[in-house]
Amino acid sequence: MHEETVYDALTNAHDDAGHWAFGTGFDDPLAGVDTTVPDGVDPADLGAYCLMLGDDALVLAQRLTQWITAAPELEEEVAIGNTGLDLLGQARLLLARAGSVGVLGRSRSRATESIPDEDALAYFRDADEFRSTGLVEAENGDFGQTMVRLFVASTVRLAVFARLRDSRDPVLAAIAAKGVHELAYHRDHAARWVLRLGDGTPESHRRAQAGVDAVWPHLADLFTATDVESRLAAGGVAVDPADVRAEVRDVLTTVLERATLRVPEWPADAPPRGRTGEHGPERTGLLEGLQGLAREHPAATW
Amino acid sequence: MSAPTLDRPAAASPDETALRQQFEATIAADHRIEPRDWMPEGYRKTLVRQIAQHAHSEIIGMQPEGDWLLAAPSLRRKAVLLAKVQDEAGHGMYLYSAAETLGADRADLTDKLIERRQKYSSIFNYPTLTYADVGVIGWLVDGAAICNQVPLCRSSYGPYARAMIRICKEESFHQRQGYELLMTMMRGTDAQRAMVQDAVDRWWWPSLMMFGPPDEESPNSAQSMAWGIKRHGNDELRQRFVDMSVPQAQALGVTLPDPDLTLDEAGGHWRFGAIDWSELQRVISGQGPCNAERIARRRAARDDNAWVTEAASAYAAKHAS
Repeated sequence: MHEETVYDALTNAHDDAGHWAFGTGFDDPLAGVDTTVPDGVDPADLGAYCLMLGDDALVLAQRLTQWITAAPELEEEVAIGNTGLDLLGQARLLLARAGSVGVLGRSRSRATESIPDEDALAYFRDADEFRSTGLVEAENGDFGQTMVRLFVASTVRLAVFARLRDSRDPVLAAIAAKGVHELAYHRDHAARWVLRLGDGTPESHRRAQAGVDAVWPHLADLFTATDVESRLAAGGVAVDPADVRAEVRDVLTTVLERATLRVPEWPADAPPRGRTGEHGPERTGLLEGLQGLAREHPAATW
Repeated sequence: MSAPTLDRPAAASPDETALRQQFEATIAADHRIEPRDWMPEGYRKTLVRQIAQHAHSEIIGMQPEGDWLLAAPSLRRKAVLLAKVQDEAGHGMYLYSAAETLGADRADLTDKLIERRQKYSSIFNYPTLTYADVGVIGWLVDGAAICNQVPLCRSSYGPYARAMIRICKEESFHQRQGYELLMTMMRGTDAQRAMVQDAVDRWWWPSLMMFGPPDEESPNSAQSMAWGIKRHGNDELRQRFVDMSVPQAQALGVTLPDPDLTLDEAGGHWRFGAIDWSELQRVISGQGPCNAERIARRRAARDDNAWVTEAASAYAAKHAS
């Protein structure tokens, strides 16, 4: 190939938007989607629900990003990067949806006007305003524990998103329809690691089992609906997490057994904690890392 | 893939003379050498060294920008940066694969990097102090890389040339995005503008050093040019980069930290001041600000996860039937 042709290819490459991973575009993520709230749906509930799903994605993306430059293989750097990008894309859509229905909490009074809603919500809410679960907030642990957590989190999220495709809210339905393909890949990728590590060497088996044991207690409050979820589920907008418990349990049990791992006793249902703003030091630490720079320059645009 | 050239005897047999003639003819005709073709041992070694160094640079190059992934100040910037760092991992993979077509082994090359028996681009031994560094790395460091690498798309070794075409396309995205970040910051607050100027001050001279020593002090250049591995001299590429960057700096509204920078009206080139080569030597020899940290992190990724790699092999062996 001649050099001139290569330069031409570089110039033309600028129009090749399809090359970029989803969520890296420079446009409003909800551009062109009808954001009218369906009849009979309380916008405050809808926004609060979007924050629950959006915060889970943002927090898990942040946790996975901690593996970048530290992963076992280059292929894994790429896979973790992909998963993080997918989740970041989901978070941006969901936070923007919450903003579009007016659910911004105290963030809007702190963030300058030029900062889009998704960033006001991500960077200018305090820990007590986040709605993520302890499952995604917990420290990564080693690679085994990270993959067990990703496996559990994507199994739960995939089950919820599969049902949300039928949501009466067209935006949630569209986000879910796109998300199920991504989440199916995340679940598959993590499950393969659970198999390899569980059924690999004695050391990997021990570590994978320790990962399972560390992650398992976080299942306790995942399947208890908040009042917001109950109201929205009754109206055909949201998913009652109790409805996915059996499916999640089946998938987790099947994979763990195939991985020769011991399935711990299923924890008793507990009242929702993270979803109502309760949190431990993990969330505070995560948010310091996420928000520090943006808050240091509140008048800046990036 | 096995490498047919690996165990070739050093003494030239009649067969080898014919093979060498064929190799020389392929180079002369500006055609590509492919993995199964005969090649001189020196050609293979030079390529492995260069491709490995390039691959290492991509992987080590993930670190300076990766340091800002968690703190990126908007979700869009975070996504852009994550995609970029992920691209760099991908580039490393293509390049290690190209090296493997020459009989090298990725794990062995990684060991050599960690044991400091192979080098990577010295530019990545500088720290990223503010978010403006992310933009300046995209603009200047990726810009310099593009100047260096576009000619490699015509490299005489086929797998390397093909890998470089894709890499160059992605690098050009990165450069554009870096420049766009800087443009946005220059339109922002005074503090943001100061950050951009400070980052330009720190990265300009190291970017010029990315093209390597002056031609007369570049021992391997002549042979690499003769073999078609390299297409232009270091000084020519450096000049091309300066000529490209000066108008971009003007459009951005930053000052390049070189009082001697003047336009040579007759030749149309920007003449620049003397480069402090002792600085490059210092950083190459391991005395840069971040050499130890960069290698330590790569070593940790290998050693801390060795149990994962072992498990994957054990699992594959158990289930291979």
